[in-house]
Amino acid sequence: MDGFAELMAGFGAALSPENLLFALIGVVLGTAVGVLPGIGPALTVALLLPLTFKLEATSSLIMFAGIYYGGMYGGSTTSILLNTPGESASIISALEGNKMARAGRGAAALATAAIGSFVAGTIATVGLSFVAPFMVDVALSFGPPEYFALMIVAFTTVAAVLGSSVLRGLVGLVIGVTVGLVGIDVQSGQARLTLGVPQLLDGVDVVIVVVGLFAIGEAIAVLSSGERRSTVTPVKGSRWLSRVDLRRSWRPWLRGTALGFPIGALPAGGAEIPTFLSYSAEKRLTKHPEEFGHGAIEGVAGPEAANNASAAGVLVPLLALGLPTSATAAVILAGFQNYGIQPGPLLFSSNDALVWTLIASLYIGNVLLLVLNLPLVGIWVRLLQIPPYYLYAGIAVFATLGTYAIGGSTVDLFILYVIGALGFLLRLTDVPVAPAVVGLILGPLAEEQLRRSLAISQGDLGVLVSTPLCIGLYVVAAAAVLLPPVARLVASRRAARAA
Amino acid sequence: MARHPRNTGRRRAAAGVLLAAGLAMSACAPAGDDGGTSASGGSSSWPTGAVRVMAPADPGGGWDQTSRAVQEVLGGQLGTSVEVYNVGGAGGTVGIAQFVGNEGDPNELMTMGSIMVGAIETNDSPVTLDQVTPLARLIGEYEVIVAPESSPFQTVDDMVAAMEEDLGGVAIAGGSAGGIEQILAGLMAKEIGADPAAVNYIPHSGGGEALATILSGRVQAGISGINEIIEQIKAGQVRALAVSSPERIEGIDAPTLTEAGLDIELSNWRGMVAAPGIDEADEQAIEDALAEMAQSEEWQQVLADRGWEDQFMAGDEFEQFVGDEQERIRGVLEDLGLVGS
Repeated sequence: MDGFAELMAGFGAALSPENLLFALIGVVLGTAVGVLPGIGPALTVALLLPLTFKLEATSSLIMFAGIYYGGMYGGSTTSILLNTPGESASIISALEGNKMARAGRGAAALATAAIGSFVAGTIATVGLSFVAPFMVDVALSFGPPEYFALMIVAFTTVAAVLGSSVLRGLVGLVIGVTVGLVGIDVQSGQARLTLGVPQLLDGVDVVIVVVGLFAIGEAIAVLSSGERRSTVTPVKGSRWLSRVDLRRSWRPWLRGTALGFPIGALPAGGAEIPTFLSYSAEKRLTKHPEEFGHGAIEGVAGPEAANNASAAGVLVPLLALGLPTSATAAVILAGFQNYGIQPGPLLFSSNDALVWTLIASLYIGNVLLLVLNLPLVGIWVRLLQIPPYYLYAGIAVFATLGTYAIGGSTVDLFILYVIGALGFLLRLTDVPVAPAVVGLILGPLAEEQLRRSLAISQGDLGVLVSTPLCIGLYVVAAAAVLLPPVARLVASRRAARAA
Repeated sequence: MARHPRNTGRRRAAAGVLLAAGLAMSACAPAGDDGGTSASGGSSSWPTGAVRVMAPADPGGGWDQTSRAVQEVLGGQLGTSVEVYNVGGAGGTVGIAQFVGNEGDPNELMTMGSIMVGAIETNDSPVTLDQVTPLARLIGEYEVIVAPESSPFQTVDDMVAAMEEDLGGVAIAGGSAGGIEQILAGLMAKEIGADPAAVNYIPHSGGGEALATILSGRVQAGISGINEIIEQIKAGQVRALAVSSPERIEGIDAPTLTEAGLDIELSNWRGMVAAPGIDEADEQAIEDALAEMAQSEEWQQVLADRGWEDQFMAGDEFEQFVGDEQERIRGVLEDLGLVGS
């Protein structure tokens, strides 16, 4: 266990008062920017990058990693309480979490999110410490055909978030895919659906769509309802997790981690796909299917764990390959480069002290975040007592500021409010927003990987099923679609025979 | 930090002290010195206030990093504050469209480079580099052609032979469509007498994504900026076949393309421009300041840390160079079928 000894040395360095202070600054900042819609960890780290010219490498990288982890914790808060996710990885938490909050179970939802994030973050960091080289080998076996198969698996999630009407759900999906197509097509370099607006050439930022659909859409909906008092049931029961909640949460935490870490470690995996998969897995496995759509705690516990585990997963290709696979990772990579350090296959040998100190600080950051976030639950739920017109006016302000901060562009603000109006329209017509987000994120990825596969094989469709990994993934997708109706059929037959 | 080859931490701290001293000095300078000489054409008192540098890309990329390095070194040298802001989008064409609105203001600068030259063509941008004031080329990064471990290509000759036999059968992964890597692939095809538009080039939205495809072994070759893939070359995960520089690159065991019989030299250069319509004396003053910066020890250390090549060039020479690059890149993009001729 050479790695273990080095990790202990890393703890020695990370536990110095100075480094602890930077970890604390990082997680507090990260939690704060995670809570605010639109202002994410990527922007925060970018703003702090000039610090790399003044600070020692270890200190600033520990702070950046703290911001990154903190953002993942904080992102769920507004998502659960106010149905206004600030970033795309916490959208799924809003589905069940917000229903829980409205039913007076906001504290339990936030607690399962915080503890689940801690459990997942810690397990995934252990994974990062000891199986990173193995994960890299797995990740590198994914070429375009495998990614396309993975996208197909992820698309089966749509079935879980369709809502009561299949037609309305599909309308949402099509809207999402369409918005996802806007911009320069990577394969041909040609512009699609940009209406001649140069700012649309890079597509619509997913964060703007999410903030528009949820935060602005929700704000317009709440304000237009003319409701002057909070319609949320006051928090009842314990502020912490009850024994029942804990019993229903721990398996989703572990399953979420098992999905989040490996998919996060894939160079084109990302944080959203594991949350989609975790949600649909929990919905299929739950013993309380009737609660899904009305505030099932499994639907918060699983995706939140997946979200945080994928955050640690993203660090695998970043450290071991020098490959940034999220916006925040790209900025952290720039931070490394500012010190003349190039993450890559040789990083663990050339800068081992730095790497192990950084990894040790991730364990510490997770503990700090849990200590920071659990007491905050009591404060956050009090937000719900603010009259909605004040609260959502504030959210609209923060969403607008955050969006402007992303690119400093008034065109972005225009897009934000157009999409916000669209979100309001969808709410009026009962079209679910979740399939739109699934389509927005998965549609362009699936298209890109399919066309890339076919370009490499010069049009031979056989490439799609050319490896056992591809075939295995298609089997999983088929099982996810076919098993529930078959199981229902079998069950109803049995019931008929018994009667 | 014990095993770190350079004691960067201490050096950074020293640079920080220098900058702090510079800021203190600027704070002592007489206030209200906002020049007013810009119309006279005589001497220049540039900078007449805080200097703003636009990085026409999102944080983290090459233009952003270059801008922030300039912020650090030039800020210390001038003793005024240098502010960097990002206007990302469409290969810098969103940024340049906004930048030309600063007409006549010498304190507004923008980082740009070869990628912008190409993006202006492929995006059919209404604003072009003819509308800004070129100042200087600062740095460049060369490209390297690699083969994944599993690829049959051992040398660039193997790759050329395979391309001559079956152009479509050689899938080459690289960055964005119409970007510097596809231009290099197109130039290679042209050199061997093949149709650049028929190269089986697999574009990716960034170098990192392309790297993942290259490492998966699904393509036979890849093209990348040297810095983005040097660690994989050192670790033996990919084989370097050739570099696009005029001389061989230290630490990479591969010939230049010219040595391999393909007459190609290509650099992903980055430089700076000023707003349109600025005073000539100011232009000269900025170029002098950039020249001084480029020779400073701090700047040379930044280049060494990042693996950037010093490619400083200013004045008429740079203006001529930008014109030539526009012509050359437009020509290749036409051959590739990405721009209407």
